[in-house]
Amino acid sequence: MTTFLQQLVNGLSLGSIYALIALGYTMVYGILRLINFAHGDVYMVGAYVGYYVSLRFRGDEPSFAHALLAMLVAMLACAGLGVVIERFAYRPVRRAAKMTSLITAIGVSLLLENGGQLVFGADPKFFSSAAPHRELALGGVRISSEQLQVFVVSLVLTALLLYMIHRTKTGMAMRAVSFNLDAAKLMGVSTNLIIALTFALGSAFAAAAGVLIAMAIPKIDPLMGIMYGLKAFVAAVLGGIGNVPGALLGGLIIGVAEVFTVGYLSPTYRDAIAFAILIAILLFRPQGILGRVEKEKV
Amino acid sequence: MKLRVFASIAVTAACAAALSCAPGKSAKEIVIGEYGSLTGNTATFGQSTKKGSEMAFDEINKGGGLLGKQVKLIVEDDQSKPEEAATAVTKLINQNGVVAVLGEVASSRSLAAAPICQGAKIPMVTPSSTNPKVTQQGDYIFRVCFTDVQQGEADAKFAAKFLKAKKAALLYDVRNDYSVGLRLVFSQKFKEYGGEITAEQSYSEGDSDFRAQLTQLKSANPEIIYVPGYYTEVGTIARQARDLGITAPLVGGDGWDSPKLWEIGGKALNGCYFSNHYSVDDPSPAVQKFVADYKAKFGATPDALAALGYDAARILAEAIRKAGSTEGAKIRDALADTKSFAGVTGSITIDKDRNAVKPVVMLKVEDGKFVFQEKIEPGA
Repeated sequence: MTTFLQQLVNGLSLGSIYALIALGYTMVYGILRLINFAHGDVYMVGAYVGYYVSLRFRGDEPSFAHALLAMLVAMLACAGLGVVIERFAYRPVRRAAKMTSLITAIGVSLLLENGGQLVFGADPKFFSSAAPHRELALGGVRISSEQLQVFVVSLVLTALLLYMIHRTKTGMAMRAVSFNLDAAKLMGVSTNLIIALTFALGSAFAAAAGVLIAMAIPKIDPLMGIMYGLKAFVAAVLGGIGNVPGALLGGLIIGVAEVFTVGYLSPTYRDAIAFAILIAILLFRPQGILGRVEKEKV
Repeated sequence: MKLRVFASIAVTAACAAALSCAPGKSAKEIVIGEYGSLTGNTATFGQSTKKGSEMAFDEINKGGGLLGKQVKLIVEDDQSKPEEAATAVTKLINQNGVVAVLGEVASSRSLAAAPICQGAKIPMVTPSSTNPKVTQQGDYIFRVCFTDVQQGEADAKFAAKFLKAKKAALLYDVRNDYSVGLRLVFSQKFKEYGGEITAEQSYSEGDSDFRAQLTQLKSANPEIIYVPGYYTEVGTIARQARDLGITAPLVGGDGWDSPKLWEIGGKALNGCYFSNHYSVDDPSPAVQKFVADYKAKFGATPDALAALGYDAARILAEAIRKAGSTEGAKIRDALADTKSFAGVTGSITIDKDRNAVKPVVMLKVEDGKFVFQEKIEPGA
């Protein structure tokens, strides 16, 4: 029983990472109907920015303020990167056929991966966690502060995002753009600004995920975004792509499924399980768990 | 049209042939190739080996070179990937025309490159690949270190006799020939020494989250956990094991040896043990001279891979000198004839299976230092 509960904790904390990345996929898809394949690599860049910021604190007593600062700087940097990617890669082809944007996305992804190897070096780097390390023991179940941080941050950010989408004017504009881009433009919504904002938000969430996982694991490398990105994409599809609570739910399910597969079936199937779920969901419920066929989407 | 195609192919082939022959057969120098992981997951393996072999060839060149010629070492990076190792060796042989090849550390990558060297009849000396299959690839493939049959047995003996463990758990890399080989020998020998393997889990190189496997292992309450992996994963595993409240020491093989190990795992590694080829604490004058020279040249303490890189380069040079020629077959025969060569990592004799038989050293990790524990002689 202890083992089972411990695995559940492991799964939920891994799933929170997938959820944070999945939010970005889902938001961009909701607005542009575009699968932003470069999203996983933005997550990687976020982890590296966090790494370089926390290097400044090396030797200091670890503190949550430092960790938070590293995370915020990474989020800001990646928000900027997201806007740049949108402006120079996706906006020029926004009116072209869907396939064009998709291929552009793959191109941006390759650029970031290989650029990352060039700039950061191909060797993995190791995060010296800026946050103090604590452990919580509930019975035999151990929860580390890193695992708890990941979980709490993903819940808080999802809640903030939901609030923004449903309760603010910007959120209303995002929903309008998602509903119909041209009509929103005619109503005076500055669509370019809203789309840029969506990219900024999604990328910032990915950066938060990158810093959080780097503190928990603590290995980062320029290709780390590929597998996490793909699994988060599956999570977004599973929850219902375009649906914000769906991304959270999908992420948690994929995380738990993966950990249970490793623990109780075979570690070899670790990566296979997410894609098995993807195939199953596409066959039996293509709109995802929470997705409704073309209704409110952001 | 057809004729023109043929003509251009012929010209290209001729150029390629001319290019490939040119450097190796040059009158002034002997070109030796080395492939290794200068970047990637096991970057320190390749970097250390390269430093060791460079140091050896520098000394040889200063002492007048080989057969009256200077030695030129060409090092290719395989990015820690087996498929790149094959490409790197093909390039060294076909384009650079090397007379012999040094490499690799990781058995999976040596296994990818060995058939190419064997096919081209270019002798290959691996400084530190321990999987038995490597030298079984053919009679041109040699190693200057012990095999995993010996290493796995030493680890099992150390765990059972010195740590007095009865229950061991295993966590190994399922995609890595080295790790799979050590796991087999260890579990067999540990049982022979009266121990029991209570749980077993695997991972794949490149994984970074091991909590699920470790949680399963924890429920079996092992006294030690045997992790025959490479340092990147081992450091991460150690951290996550301590996070989950596992206090049992981790025990592993020479794949742990890296200056990065402590940087990755930190305090979580205190009290863990691994087997290795030599210890920097060894008081023998040969070892101390090597350590001092290396420190003077590179400003760091040499790990075992640097020491083996140094030994491999010197054994190869010695073989070329004895052969009196750079012909593959003659170097091969001279290598096979190596007896009681005084290396930094001990006295090296190549046996009939082209392996070296040497003692295994057990080290303990203590605050970033690898402290000598035990020397386990072969067959003892």
